[in-house]
Amino acid sequence: MIIRGNEPDQIRLIKRLYKPGNYFMQGNEAVAYGALFAGCRFYAGYPITPSSEIAETMARELPKLGGYYLQMEDEIGSIAAMVGASWTGFKVMTATAGPGFSLMQENLGYAVMTETPLVLVDVQRSGPSTGQATKGAQGDFFQARWGTHGDHPIVAVSPTSGQDAFWETIRAFNIAEKLRTPVVVLFDGVLAHTREQIKIPDVSEVEITYRKLPENEEEAKLPFGDPHGDGVPPMPLFGHGYFTHVTGSTHKENGLRDVYTPEVHDRLVRRIHRKIEKNREVYEKYEEHFTDDAEILVVSWGVTARPALGAVLRAREEGIKAGLFVPKTVHPFPGERMRELAKKSRAILVAEMNLGQMIIEVERYVNDDVLLKGVNKIGGVPLTVEEILREIRGVA
Amino acid sequence: MAKKIYSTYPMVKYLRKEALPTALCPGCGGGTVLNAFANAIDGLKIDPKDLVVVSGIGCSAWIASPYFLADTLHTTHGRAIAFATGVKVGLPDKKVVVISGDGDLASIGGNHLLHAARRNIDITVILVNNFIYGMTGGQVAPTTPFGAKTTTSPYRNIEHPLQISETVAAAGASYVARWTTAHVYQLIESIKKALQVKGFSLVEVISQCPVQYGRRNRMKEPAEMLRWFLKNSVPVSRARNMSPEELEGKFVIGEIVNRERPEFTTELNKLIDEVQEHFGLKEE
Ligand SMILES: Cc1ncc(C[n+]2csc(CCOP(=O)(O)OP(=O)(O)O)c2C)c(N)n1
Ligand code: SF4
Repeated sequence: MIIRGNEPDQIRLIKRLYKPGNYFMQGNEAVAYGALFAGCRFYAGYPITPSSEIAETMARELPKLGGYYLQMEDEIGSIAAMVGASWTGFKVMTATAGPGFSLMQENLGYAVMTETPLVLVDVQRSGPSTGQATKGAQGDFFQARWGTHGDHPIVAVSPTSGQDAFWETIRAFNIAEKLRTPVVVLFDGVLAHTREQIKIPDVSEVEITYRKLPENEEEAKLPFGDPHGDGVPPMPLFGHGYFTHVTGSTHKENGLRDVYTPEVHDRLVRRIHRKIEKNREVYEKYEEHFTDDAEILVVSWGVTARPALGAVLRAREEGIKAGLFVPKTVHPFPGERMRELAKKSRAILVAEMNLGQMIIEVERYVNDDVLLKGVNKIGGVPLTVEEILREIRGVA
Repeated sequence: MAKKIYSTYPMVKYLRKEALPTALCPGCGGGTVLNAFANAIDGLKIDPKDLVVVSGIGCSAWIASPYFLADTLHTTHGRAIAFATGVKVGLPDKKVVVISGDGDLASIGGNHLLHAARRNIDITVILVNNFIYGMTGGQVAPTTPFGAKTTTSPYRNIEHPLQISETVAAAGASYVARWTTAHVYQLIESIKKALQVKGFSLVEVISQCPVQYGRRNRMKEPAEMLRWFLKNSVPVSRARNMSPEELEGKFVIGEIVNRERPEFTTELNKLIDEVQEHFGLKEE
């Protein structure tokens, strides 16, 4: 089989190279190792702070595993090369930050439209524009959701620590493969550069999935059909003599362009949406702490979820009934669970390193009788336990 | 009726019949390019199963993608070569061909073109130079001749056209040739050579767009454009002895460069081998 990464040889190489155990490493390195364990054997990227160590780690490690590192001329070329490589059967990844993420948006849309599995890590940094290039932030929440044009679904996951980044990167690959879709990893510059203890497991403990391939010629002839009723078409890879046509223009089930028939566009784009909506169990994930009896609910994501947990723990010590809700897959937003939790809460604080982005999503699931407040900080320095605790006390 | 025409055309076996007829205007040079490409594939007896054709956006991008019966990737405007780079790394033993327009490959995609040539990755690019943005309605292109009229240079073009082949040759390509649609047999031979070269190859085809370019520059008929090409073509050997002034408005045709240089995917795989060897990771 042409899909690289599932051969016993890959398992042998991983076992040889990466002994299970505790390592002291950066969040960025954890992302890279997660990708390698998930079977990523093709990386195309363009350096940008604070993501560059992901590229550096991939450049060093991929050749050992028989994988390919490409430094492209820019971010547009990077994601383009990834799409090309994905159609030959590779699991592919790139990593970037703010300005690079902006450049990738057009072809991110292309990957959505052509249902190309890929993983795009956005190590969020302070913006707009070159902003504080070396500082972390959480300002790309909506860029991940709506950065490209048109009606499209997107899946984005967001790790809360270096250790989590290892596992969430693997999960991103699994979602991408299962749903034949691009997946964004919304990481951030703070965790990316924080060194901490990270446990590398034995490769046998890692669940690895692969995209569905056509079972017969019939299925291969419909690269954008839905033969299994789950909205996810099997992917006929290039080089197998299927004569597949792939286009970012509106296409029929057989891949051929039809940009004039309204029904064809409607059918295609709705199926791409349905594929994501209907397969919630593949990607929905959140964490909860003390939500059973919480009156004050802190909602937080990514890097900020850590001081948020600290603040909730301290509030509990003070007898305040605080709880924490952390969406791990941030798009599509875990709205159902949010609605349930909101019903039980008196006040909701949304803590994030921006001027209020996820709070807009939260608001959609919260009734008017709940006090909803953002805890926001920009400038490149993460929120502290104290800062969040102060806000909890304020509404207690 | 249509079927009868196709069945008498020997190259029809290479075409995706359900995608026909093509969307190209009557008299467009794109048909000649498709014909030449099919003949080159046929001449070399390349199995279309061993071929991936990538294109960007534009009329010329449609020439082989979707019409050629192979794996075809129709990408975003300007990015075809970058997509093709990923395909080639994934399938180093296949022929990866990019067919697209001058606006697509040399304007918005100029950066990818230069860097693919620099890397010398084994991709064959057939660049259809019709001096204009055909698909979007005839706007000025980086290849529009000095003084020519287009919808966005209605008075006259005051920019100088990019000499694509010379630029790509300077960037490091292994093989570069330029022909016009009036030189079909030479064009087929050059495409064949380009497909056989191990490295980056570019075949620039000066092609007629009677509808958007010709019409605005006193060459409404396709044949008038072909006569213009023939009249102004200068073989490379002769061009070497001509001054820039003499070459103004001429089409230098023939092989611009043909040389061996280390190829990217070969070097990449060699590097991987060395690294695996070095770390003792090769299977015993
Ligand atoms: C990012 C982007 N910008 C602009 C366009 C609009 N556009 C479509 S085709 C084209 C020009 C194509 O010109 P060329 O490559 O010379 O091909 P031709 O149609 O002349 O064969 C442009 C500008 C686009 N599709 N995408
Ligand atoms: S507009 Fe010009 S380039 Fe486009 S199909 Fe018509 S003749 Fe060909």
